[in-house]
Amino acid sequence: MSKYSVPETLAVSDSGFLFLPNTGETFTLNLVGKEILNLLQDGLSEEEIVKHMLDRYDIDERSLEKDLSDFIMQLRKYSIIKEE
Amino acid sequence: MDKVKKRYERPIITKHYSGLMNKFGSKSISAPKTTIEGIPVEYLVDQFGSPLYVFSEKQIRENQRNAYRIFRNRYPKVQFAWSYKTNYLDAVCSVFHQENSWAEVVSEFELDKALRLGVLGSNIIFNGPSKGKTALQKAIAQGVKIHIDHFDELYDLIELTESNNHKAKVAIRVNMDVGVYPKWDRFGFNYENGEAWHAIRRILSSKNLQLVGLHTHIGTYIMSAEAYRIAASKLAALARSIKQEFDIMVDYIDMGGGFASNNTLISQYLPAEEVVPGLEQFADSIASGLFELPYKAEELPMLILETGRALIDNAGYLISTVIANKRLADGRRAVIIDAGVNLLFTSFWYKHKITPAQESGLHTEDTTIFGPLCMNIDCIRESIMLPALKRGERIVIEYTGAYDNTQWMQFINLRPNVVMIMEDGSVELIRKAETLEYLTECELIPDKLKTR
Amino acid sequence: MKIAVTGLNATDNPGPGVPVIRCLKESKEYDIDIIGLFYDSLDPGIYMENICAACYMIPYPSSGVNALFDRLKVIHEKEKIDVIIPTLDSELYGFVKLQGKLADLGIKTFLPTAEQLNIRSKDKLFEFCDTNQIKAPKNILAASVKDIYSISEKFEYPVVIKGIFYDAYVVNNFEEAVSAFNKIRAKWGYPIIVQEYLKGDEFNVVALGDGNGQMTGAVAMRKLYITDKGKGWAGITINDNRLIELSRKVIERINWRSGMELEFIKSAETGEYYLIEINPRFPAWTYLAPAAGQNLPLLMLKMMLGEDVKPLTSYTIGTIFVRSSWDLITDIKTFEQIASFGEIKWTK
Repeated sequence: MSKYSVPETLAVSDSGFLFLPNTGETFTLNLVGKEILNLLQDGLSEEEIVKHMLDRYDIDERSLEKDLSDFIMQLRKYSIIKEE
Repeated sequence: MDKVKKRYERPIITKHYSGLMNKFGSKSISAPKTTIEGIPVEYLVDQFGSPLYVFSEKQIRENQRNAYRIFRNRYPKVQFAWSYKTNYLDAVCSVFHQENSWAEVVSEFELDKALRLGVLGSNIIFNGPSKGKTALQKAIAQGVKIHIDHFDELYDLIELTESNNHKAKVAIRVNMDVGVYPKWDRFGFNYENGEAWHAIRRILSSKNLQLVGLHTHIGTYIMSAEAYRIAASKLAALARSIKQEFDIMVDYIDMGGGFASNNTLISQYLPAEEVVPGLEQFADSIASGLFELPYKAEELPMLILETGRALIDNAGYLISTVIANKRLADGRRAVIIDAGVNLLFTSFWYKHKITPAQESGLHTEDTTIFGPLCMNIDCIRESIMLPALKRGERIVIEYTGAYDNTQWMQFINLRPNVVMIMEDGSVELIRKAETLEYLTECELIPDKLKTR
Repeated sequence: MKIAVTGLNATDNPGPGVPVIRCLKESKEYDIDIIGLFYDSLDPGIYMENICAACYMIPYPSSGVNALFDRLKVIHEKEKIDVIIPTLDSELYGFVKLQGKLADLGIKTFLPTAEQLNIRSKDKLFEFCDTNQIKAPKNILAASVKDIYSISEKFEYPVVIKGIFYDAYVVNNFEEAVSAFNKIRAKWGYPIIVQEYLKGDEFNVVALGDGNGQMTGAVAMRKLYITDKGKGWAGITINDNRLIELSRKVIERINWRSGMELEFIKSAETGEYYLIEINPRFPAWTYLAPAAGQNLPLLMLKMMLGEDVKPLTSYTIGTIFVRSSWDLITDIKTFEQIASFGEIKWTK
């Protein structure tokens, strides 16, 4: 069960614009990306996110799992989240 | 009651870099290419597999008719000769021949292919630096127009025609400085240093060689129309000297090919469609150069064009399927598709137009496209902005009609089906996918190696 | 009247958008609102006060004309643009191709033809000068590193290595030449121009052609201060009729239509002017022209609107521009608006 910590100060705007206050870097997320980051902020684990998203989106579990792990890898690479 | 689920798009995060903060990226997403000539891409793959080469009969005919009209509007006698090396699939050549195109061949194999398709010898132009004596003999016998490339060949022809007292119809290929880079001086006789004139005199002094034309081919993917005017006027000057000194008029001036297509070169910043001159401009330049000819209007020689790329590039498509998605070490996205550089040789110099064949998300990501070969060079595109593609989804690579089906090779994978969408909307197989039997047909195993 | 202007990159290698806008805004006869068109969310022109009424991101020229046209249509629906003035070299082919379609939307442009653009393109300039008896430095076109080897046969170092659209490096030896060649090739592709390096002062002319062979105005200046990137950071208007007459000759021979910058070097040896470059648009120092009495962008606007204009023939000698850098302040919300939506409207 991988969980990730997201800084509380982190705020993604409605448009998907993300500003990292500690480094000054800025990013753009698409809607799904933004939703996933918000779920991580709410403390959901990877598995819980998959479950949550499957419920809401028209996508199969395996594809979602692959996309999610790729996305989380990128978030970690940019030091936006850390593994707990 | 089931709740309606939202449309899913792969999660994407893009970092902003200074100097690259343009959300349109370096390529905008155009509408998906779901059909080719009205036939759904999915249907084509379903019937003929993936990858799949697709040609449009309608587009080829349109290209040829349009080119003829453009040149005919500017010059009274125009003849096209289909450049076999650009695409010598029988079906493709046949469309051009039905459109009254002659054949332009550069090897014995191509010569045989044209004769086999029923092209008359007198409607074949034989170019190239390496024709071979048996091919020359065949060409002489069939009345093929032989374009001489060098003095050794000229003397071969004198010898061959004298030994069996045949007449040969010949032209010389002339190379020249037309102000474009790089200068092509490896084919034919040079204009500026007088070599061309020397060759002409030698031909005219031999009783079995009949000088029927003058030929030049200034380069490939030429973007300057002016270069063709210079080339045409230099050939016209040669024709003038021939008339003055020998009172002979040539039947035709062959301006070769080399017009750029709308495919963008890797080294080009702007898209080709913006910087490449239209055929009209090439035609204007050639006609204005030719009007310097010393002939009366009714005596003007025929203008022959060996246009290849510009007549076929946009009639060919390659459909390919996404095999896998990958994240490279530096964070860049990569997709692996089922068509490699062995099928798409032109990806070494073109930035092809590549479009997903189905609706996809609006966000694009800098993507590298790799082919399926287990070889490092198998990269179809270093960098292109593409939306997220799922496994099994299709892409359509456009402008693949020229050179790909002649330079492709069997390498690691066999070559796939080629189909032609006919004018009536039917789809015909024009080259079958290769099989192991086909590939090994020419192979032999020495007896010693047969025991196991 | 709404005028869209590109080139808001007022950086250390400045685009001409902001100075062209400043010229237009000096107009007393028209009520002008400027719509800025930008490529990068950090283009300084977006953030300057009293320059643009609204700014919109447009796709890079390498995306092709169709992408550009689609975007311009969207912007036009919101803003009802009357005129578009592109100011960057790499955009011009695209805008020239689109001028008919833009005219159909009721948007005016004042551009050279594609043919005129080709004559002045850096690789053709030498030929043009040759046929028209205008002095120019020796040139070769390099298509591979192989050609860099031949430099020492044809020229003496130092030489200038130039890209087809932008960038120029003065190099002193083979190694530097190869490095410059590779840098330019990676960014701008071929051809790459290798040019004789002439010692002498740089003189520039900003001029305007009406498209019928008439020069409608011209101001000559000498660069007083040149940055390490070769950009003029200060300059002074001067009085040398030879420069104006050379410029007139160029504009007459090409029938140039639109703004133009001509770059000359006055040879330290012979005192003669060598034409080293023609830029197919107004330069980044264009604001010096109205300051000296010739508002050339405004004059161009009048020609676009079909007004009768008389050529301007004189200007104040000794007018000086000094470029400065100036830090603009904004906040993350504004930046988000620009980066995420690609557009911003400033309230007056």
